[in-house]
Amino acid sequence: MLKPAEHTITAKNLTKTFGDFTAVDAITFEVKKGEIFGFLGANGAGKTTAIKMLCGLSSPSSGEANIAGFDIYKQPEDIKKNIGYMSQHFSLYGDLTVEENIRFYAGIYGLKSTEIKERSVALIKELGLENYAKRFVAELPLGWKQKLAFSIAIIHNPKIVFLDEPTSGVDPITRRQFWGMIYSAAAKGITVFVTTHYLDEAEYCDRVSIMVDGEMRDLDTPTALRTKYNLPTMNDVFLHMAVRSKRSE
Amino acid sequence: MKQFLAFVRKEFYHIFRDKRTLMVLFGMPIAQLLLFGFAITTEVNNANIGIYNQSPGQFSNDLVQRMTGSDFFRLSANINSEAEMLEAFQTNKLKMVVVIPPKFEQNVTAGNAKIQLIADGSDPNLATILTSSAEAVIMTWMKERAGTNIQIETIDPQVRWHYNPELKSAEMFVPGVVTIILMLVSAMLTSISITREKELGTIEILYVSPLKPAVIIVGKVLPFAILSIINAILILLVAWLVFSVPVNGSVVLLLFEMLLFIMTSLGLGVLISTVADSQQTALMLSLFGLMMPTILLSGFIFPIANMPLPLQVISNIIPAKWFLIIIKNIMLKGIGMAYIWKETLILLGMTAFFIGVSVKKFKIRLQ
Amino acid sequence: MRTLKFLLQKEFLQIFRNKAMLPIIFVLPIVQLVVLTFAADFELKNITYVVYDADKSQTSERLMNQFAASPFFKFKGAMANFNDGMSALDENQATLFIRIPPRFEHDLAKEKSAQIMLDVNSIDGQAATLSFSYASGIINSFSSEIRQEWNGLPEQLTMPIQVEKRYWFNPEMAYKNLMVPGILALLVTMIGLFLSAMNVVREKEIGTIEQINVTPISKVHFLIGKLLPFWVIAMFEMAFGLTIGYLIFNIPVNGSLILLFSYVSIYMLVVLGMGLWISGFADTQQQAMFLAWFVTVIFILMSGLFTPIENMPDWAQKLTYVNPVAYLIKVLRSVLLKGSTFAQMQWEFVKISLFAVTMLILAVRGYRKRN
Repeated sequence: MLKPAEHTITAKNLTKTFGDFTAVDAITFEVKKGEIFGFLGANGAGKTTAIKMLCGLSSPSSGEANIAGFDIYKQPEDIKKNIGYMSQHFSLYGDLTVEENIRFYAGIYGLKSTEIKERSVALIKELGLENYAKRFVAELPLGWKQKLAFSIAIIHNPKIVFLDEPTSGVDPITRRQFWGMIYSAAAKGITVFVTTHYLDEAEYCDRVSIMVDGEMRDLDTPTALRTKYNLPTMNDVFLHMAVRSKRSE
Repeated sequence: MKQFLAFVRKEFYHIFRDKRTLMVLFGMPIAQLLLFGFAITTEVNNANIGIYNQSPGQFSNDLVQRMTGSDFFRLSANINSEAEMLEAFQTNKLKMVVVIPPKFEQNVTAGNAKIQLIADGSDPNLATILTSSAEAVIMTWMKERAGTNIQIETIDPQVRWHYNPELKSAEMFVPGVVTIILMLVSAMLTSISITREKELGTIEILYVSPLKPAVIIVGKVLPFAILSIINAILILLVAWLVFSVPVNGSVVLLLFEMLLFIMTSLGLGVLISTVADSQQTALMLSLFGLMMPTILLSGFIFPIANMPLPLQVISNIIPAKWFLIIIKNIMLKGIGMAYIWKETLILLGMTAFFIGVSVKKFKIRLQ
Repeated sequence: MRTLKFLLQKEFLQIFRNKAMLPIIFVLPIVQLVVLTFAADFELKNITYVVYDADKSQTSERLMNQFAASPFFKFKGAMANFNDGMSALDENQATLFIRIPPRFEHDLAKEKSAQIMLDVNSIDGQAATLSFSYASGIINSFSSEIRQEWNGLPEQLTMPIQVEKRYWFNPEMAYKNLMVPGILALLVTMIGLFLSAMNVVREKEIGTIEQINVTPISKVHFLIGKLLPFWVIAMFEMAFGLTIGYLIFNIPVNGSLILLFSYVSIYMLVVLGMGLWISGFADTQQQAMFLAWFVTVIFILMSGLFTPIENMPDWAQKLTYVNPVAYLIKVLRSVLLKGSTFAQMQWEFVKISLFAVTMLILAVRGYRKRN
């Protein structure tokens, strides 16, 4: 049995196979409380599959994992109360307004009515969306949608938030603001688990794991990784490892 | 041309990878045809009836036996009072009660007996069929008892059934099912497939491609056209092999007319997709705006001659009405273009109109 | 329970915000109800016929006058010969061709028996049989008229047994009394099934379902949130449709409306459960729609509305045991037209409730938060 003392995520030999294809191959790692944990990999490396298993959207084929103190097989619904998730696809309701989306998600996470009102006002102010509160989400520019989606993913103060390529397609300024939001979430004690294929973003993480062909090839702080491979940037580190991928075309 | 082919190929991938839709698409008409061909007949079969015999005796027992001996009726209850009868109707246990009044025995010999047939009129169709079948049984019984020694004037109607001598329901359903399937695949599927691309946003990629709007439309609808014609041929084959409903007229002419109707439906489908923004809307529009009127106002199920005048007028704008006349004439009557050129012209006109309007609307969207 | 409130709020917002869907949900069905009730009339009123009278006698003329006077038949012309009559059938000018042979009057007087030829377009077998029975009815009553006249006999002796037909609950045999409840049943079924079948799949296609699946929301709550709005819409539609049927078509309401609506409320659970079940295993809205369409068409055509269930062979009659639409139509007719009571309908309630429980269990099991 894994002990989640100071670790909020522990995974041991977590594996997912589809037929004879192994999407995620026995990954083992631990994430500390309040850490920003980067999950790096090329498209198709198995990042999304891994994150879906950790969130309870997909059953692992084998291995163990414990999220926020709960077992991934036996207590998936308890896990869900303690995590937030932002998927690769935009998943707020386009035909609801900004306010309505906030109220809906806050509501189904069981926040009290007064809390919902307070958070909603605070959140809209924080994002500078005062003039857009009553607009349909479908009408917002992509960058704002992503920031809104992130804020909603942590509206219930989860212990961990999983972000699956949250910044893809977003301009550099918005990306910087987005990372600002990630830092302040982490400062509040929320553990951040983020997948990305922007290698400059890897430098922002406390620790980074590198996925290649479903396996976790390495895991350490960005500085340690650069030193280990004796390369100047994370970009070079990544290229060095990914070049041996069998899955890339 | 190469671009166009690539585009059509993509559409075919969409269609053939969705095994479930394909299964329903081809399974549905066949299942419908088999069900209706076998399940719907012109005679009642084992309808539950009751007997309220207030004059038990030789004659009445003989008559009751004759009635329940037929395949039409099944004697489910002997009724002893009006209240029982009401209860039996209200609980749907019986559909008709044969009331044999007191003194029936004496009156038969005297020649002035009466029999009451009380049917549940909440389904007028069934009630009519039941009472007339029962009346026929009573009449035969009566004639047999009377014998042939009395000479009275009778006019004997000799009936000949044309185009469908065995009164099979398949003859009636095959043209209807073909019509509905062509409409369903061509109009409904097309409109949904286009709005799907709108919903998923992939349509924008097509808009910005160097393909002309007309090419995009043709590319989208071509696979469905091919699919519907295959489907229609399949239905005709099943009709011929299973129900021996042949195509009496020219097969070439029939195929030509089917193609024309497919064009009409595709035009409608594209038109719907230019109006609808979501698959749900497209579905509901094709369902309630196209399918229901096609099924109910085209003359497939309800004879147009029976409708009130305003509806008869409305039925003229329903393409399926004209196609149904054409297909029945070719398939069952075996007559040619000389008899159906008018209907063909009307369909041609409608097709030109729908395609014209939808291409225009599609272009406006692009700008 | 509180989460349910938010789910419901969201679903209602989305439904009422969809400007294209609203008229489709509320206006189209009512238009259909009105139009179809007028259209759906099996009673043959205008059987078109042509005549070739080769006898041209007083008697044949009298018989033809009887046809002309009948409200069921519509005269389309006198034919000069047999071939003209047959091409009138070919060209759809008439569905019935009556031929009176030469020496018709002579045969009837001398041989006591004469023939008359009826050629019927029987593509629609049911309509053809009906036309024939109306025609023979006219011919029969004409024969007995002739018998009385020529022999001076009282009517009784020519017809030893008189058959009297009576139709309870609908003495005028009005089709609308059958069609209004029937069409209403179809409309609520279609609206309920299609909306619910496409709804969850839509969230799958757009991707919002993932966001829902990572929340601690329970499967049952989620499905209730999906089901309830459509349930409300369907019940409203039923009430609205019935009101229109009552006001415009004067359909009788002999039984208890509470009984009727309690039944419909359980029935809608069957339909919506089935829709959500379909939604659970379909991958795209297209698939969901086709499956729903497939099911509805068969349900509707085998429901006994258009062709009586008693007209089907035994195996097909048994198939109607699993057809919820057949149950609904039966109950609507019983309660509205016959005034059946709860005690008389209790088995129907038991059956539909079992059906509902089964469908809801399937729906809950079919929806997976994790794959």
